[in-house]
Amino acid sequence: MQIYLPIAEVSVNAFLLLGLGGMVGVLSGMFGVGGGFLMTPLLFFIGIPPAVAVATEANQIVASSFSGVLAHLRRKTVDLKMGTVLLVGGLIGAALGVWVFNYLKSLGQVDLLVKLCYVVFLGIIGALMFVESLNAIRKTRSGSAPKRKKHNWIHGLPFKMRFRTSGLYISVIPPVIVGILVGILAAIMGVGGGFIMVPAMIYLLGMPTKVVVGTSLFQIIFVTGFTTLLHATTNYTVDMVLAVLLLIGGVVGAQIGTVIGAKLKAEQLRILLAIMVLAVCGKLALDLLIQPSELFSIGTAGGH
Amino acid sequence: MRAILVLLLLLATPLKAEEVVLGLSRDQVSISTNFDGSEVIIYGAIKREVPIPQNEPIQVIVTISGPQAPITVRRKDRVLGIWVNTDAMDVSAAPSFYAISTSAPWQQVLNEADDLRHNVSIPRRIRSIGAWSQVANPQEFIDALVRIRMANGLYVLDEGAVDLRESTLFNTAIQMPANLTEGEYATRVFLTRGGKVVSKYETSIEVRKVGLERWLYNLSRQQPLVYGLLSLAIAIAAGWGASAAFRLMRSG
Repeated sequence: MQIYLPIAEVSVNAFLLLGLGGMVGVLSGMFGVGGGFLMTPLLFFIGIPPAVAVATEANQIVASSFSGVLAHLRRKTVDLKMGTVLLVGGLIGAALGVWVFNYLKSLGQVDLLVKLCYVVFLGIIGALMFVESLNAIRKTRSGSAPKRKKHNWIHGLPFKMRFRTSGLYISVIPPVIVGILVGILAAIMGVGGGFIMVPAMIYLLGMPTKVVVGTSLFQIIFVTGFTTLLHATTNYTVDMVLAVLLLIGGVVGAQIGTVIGAKLKAEQLRILLAIMVLAVCGKLALDLLIQPSELFSIGTAGGH
Repeated sequence: MRAILVLLLLLATPLKAEEVVLGLSRDQVSISTNFDGSEVIIYGAIKREVPIPQNEPIQVIVTISGPQAPITVRRKDRVLGIWVNTDAMDVSAAPSFYAISTSAPWQQVLNEADDLRHNVSIPRRIRSIGAWSQVANPQEFIDALVRIRMANGLYVLDEGAVDLRESTLFNTAIQMPANLTEGEYATRVFLTRGGKVVSKYETSIEVRKVGLERWLYNLSRQQPLVYGLLSLAIAIAAGWGASAAFRLMRSG
């Protein structure tokens, strides 16, 4: 069944979109990430204009993270205070990101920036996670428990604040900076930033793993919500029909994914996610490195 | 004064000797949510007040042109090992869609001079003023634009697709793709003899988003804030709905 998307002005197969949403939803339910980093390249691939894909994907992430955060609130695994601090940074970052996005759009380099961001971040995160989970698997085999570093340079910074749910007493500077960076990426790449936020909270801020996913989702709702509004009012690129099709598949898939995820071990999950992230990264990197069959592209008028 | 008028009428008569009477299967195309492209059938007759001239056979050209819009054509080049957009050329006006159907191969239906006068062929419909100041070889960019849009089915040249009978009745079907933009689609019919245009007829087909498509598009342009908030509300509702539904399934 073909559906004409009013903003993207292309006609796509509705079942394809539902399927894509469902598939990415399963993965996001399994791994606790928004799934935007997978969905946005897939949308490029089926011919949605990049600007529309990025803006609409932000809208879809609002739905999946809201669904997720409700589950975490019931389990009391959301650090609202930490989430708010991250959010302040996130909103500043999102505003900066939309500004950078518009500037680059006028230069005609937006596709390149989005793709480069993907290659760099997917590559780094994928590789780190792969090595880390491989080590974790080896450690569980040898029987020694993994230990977390308790004190590092981050604990020497001023403006300290107590985060009760996370059991932390640290400066607000690192969470704000993490928030800003993730906000910028969210706006440029159309992702919630979960796949960057989650490792940053565990390894940089030293938060306990059980509150990380919920807290990350909590602040992602607001950052992506803000990004959606900015894209809708400045670029007019949020396609509601596309968003609805994706999020129907996404929310259903996420619940199925949670069930599958509960049956796998944490390290196995992380290593699978790492392999998937590296595969997407490799595909995008090849596209940049191999000579495209068509050197020319057509864009809307305005600047160079 | 009257002599001049008569003279003018006499001069005009050869042009008016053959005229187009046209019918369209539809003069309006509605883009609804399940829009999947559309076929427009164009049929007509050639009206004559003189016997059919025997020197050259009459030929028919039918064109449908989407709204003209400025676009930018970019070229990638290898910079530091990766493929990046380097050169760009602004095209001041190119139709979003352009289809040509003819009753015979192109060389037999229209000559260069009349093509230039009436802007019939695909490259003639693309206007690129001041392109020379932007890139070294604008023709390469225009060729690329035509090539890409032809590959996407947006520019079509269908030679021999007009069915012409007894030099009088003609009909053709033009396929409009699913990826249409809104606007007035100028529809032209040319009658030619020996490559020269002897008569021309113009009308238009209106392509409009309707229903939900129309409403969403207008809302996103006129009330972007409301549109954005509505998108968020839908997302929040869907997220809550899914969570509530699965909690019910688990407890039930």
